[in-house]
Amino acid sequence: MTNAEIIVKINGFLVEEFEVDAEKIVPEANLRETLELDSLDYVDLVVIMESNFGFKVVAEDFISIHTFQDFYNYVIRKVEEKKATV
Amino acid sequence: MNNRVVITGLGIWSCIGKNLDEVKDSLIAGKSGIGLDAERKSWGYRSGLTGIVEKPQLKGVLDRRARIGLSEEAEYAYMATLEAMKNAKMEMSWVEKNEVGILYGNDSSAKAVSEAIDLIRLKKDTTLVGSGSIFQSMNCTVTMNLSTIFKLKGINFTISAACASGSHSIGLGYLMIKWGLQKHIICGGAQEVNPYAFGSFDGLSAFSIREDEPAKASRPFDKNRDGLIPSGGAATLILESYDSAMERGAPIIAEVIGYGFSSNGEHISNSSVDGQIRSLSMALNDANLKPAAIDYINAHATSTPGGDSAEAQAIDAVFAGCNTMVSSTKSMTGHECWMAGASEIVYSTLMMQHNFVAPNINFEEGDEFSKKLNIVTKTTEKNIDVFLSNSFGFGGTNSSLVIKKIK
Repeated sequence: MTNAEIIVKINGFLVEEFEVDAEKIVPEANLRETLELDSLDYVDLVVIMESNFGFKVVAEDFISIHTFQDFYNYVIRKVEEKKATV
Repeated sequence: MNNRVVITGLGIWSCIGKNLDEVKDSLIAGKSGIGLDAERKSWGYRSGLTGIVEKPQLKGVLDRRARIGLSEEAEYAYMATLEAMKNAKMEMSWVEKNEVGILYGNDSSAKAVSEAIDLIRLKKDTTLVGSGSIFQSMNCTVTMNLSTIFKLKGINFTISAACASGSHSIGLGYLMIKWGLQKHIICGGAQEVNPYAFGSFDGLSAFSIREDEPAKASRPFDKNRDGLIPSGGAATLILESYDSAMERGAPIIAEVIGYGFSSNGEHISNSSVDGQIRSLSMALNDANLKPAAIDYINAHATSTPGGDSAEAQAIDAVFAGCNTMVSSTKSMTGHECWMAGASEIVYSTLMMQHNFVAPNINFEEGDEFSKKLNIVTKTTEKNIDVFLSNSFGFGGTNSSLVIKKIK
């Protein structure tokens, strides 16, 4: 999966799961504010990541994720790490 | 303080209709909501019979956070409550500024619990059940979700009393308003409909196995009955003090005038004629009515040999010589269990509003006890001023309610 494909996939499930307008998802936008995430929603984000990419996000990882771009970078890195270990 | 307690809103989601109009038409037509569920047979159920209840589509109706905490039965309860609040002319803007409570009957959320445990066992990770699971899994799933969705600020808890849960919720709501502790309470009962909920009940051979004729399987009081059919959905009633209803300009549908309750103090699953008589008598005493004043009895009768027999004896003992019309709407709906005590008040109130008694379908021949009752087998035109509804549950919990027409 290319980086562009990963980003399309992420945007797709965020729109579907969190019911946010697709046009609001831009790389520099704030992830938490745009998706209106509360502490419960982060649990669902963990579930979605596991089912879509097969890796478990730990709570501490979210500390350094502010924008969608941060999130894309994080997922791309984890996907590459996973590939490397296979 | 003794406030008058009235019903200002009704709502229903059941196997015989997804709103009051559909349900009224089914009751008049004597239409069964029972069908065969192949999945139950594949799970090893002795009986695949069940009420066939449509699942509500709530995407686009409720936001994600509200939706994902709803168990199956809470979804039904949401739909029933939405209809009841609309009929009671309770706008959200009014609800947010007033103290509206909720007392709702529910006694399981087996599907949500089972699915979460299955997933945890499979994944070895509790996080992966997601954030909604806990709010679906607790017995109070209906009250915790609806109190949040409808911004309720009054009394808020669930009544778990087996198959009398819905009836006791109305009885307790009635008492709280009568005694001046609350002015407006959402009451009702909800019941999940899935193979998770009743495997153990099926295992007791309590269900009818008349699978070749699903619509004829539920036959309360009939000599050849062979068991109940599990069913479900949700029913909601808005109870208010008479003064509050008048002040709001709310439509007053009927008045709750009597609540009786008792515990058998005997066997965990067998019925008790004595326990039922005590419940019936207490309700009549509370309503300050003689048995002859009751125009119609909506029986608990579920189509089990033992249960119907006990109720027939209890009704005969209390209403001897009154020739009171009796029917069990479970002949059409199956046994709606935790919901039944509330749904049967909705069904009977519809009969009261539209001047008919719904039939006890499939009643062909009475047994030793039921032949003494005036069981209505065809839809009958009838002015109902006062009716009584029975609900009895495992553990010997009994509840009887008396409802009066507002004139």
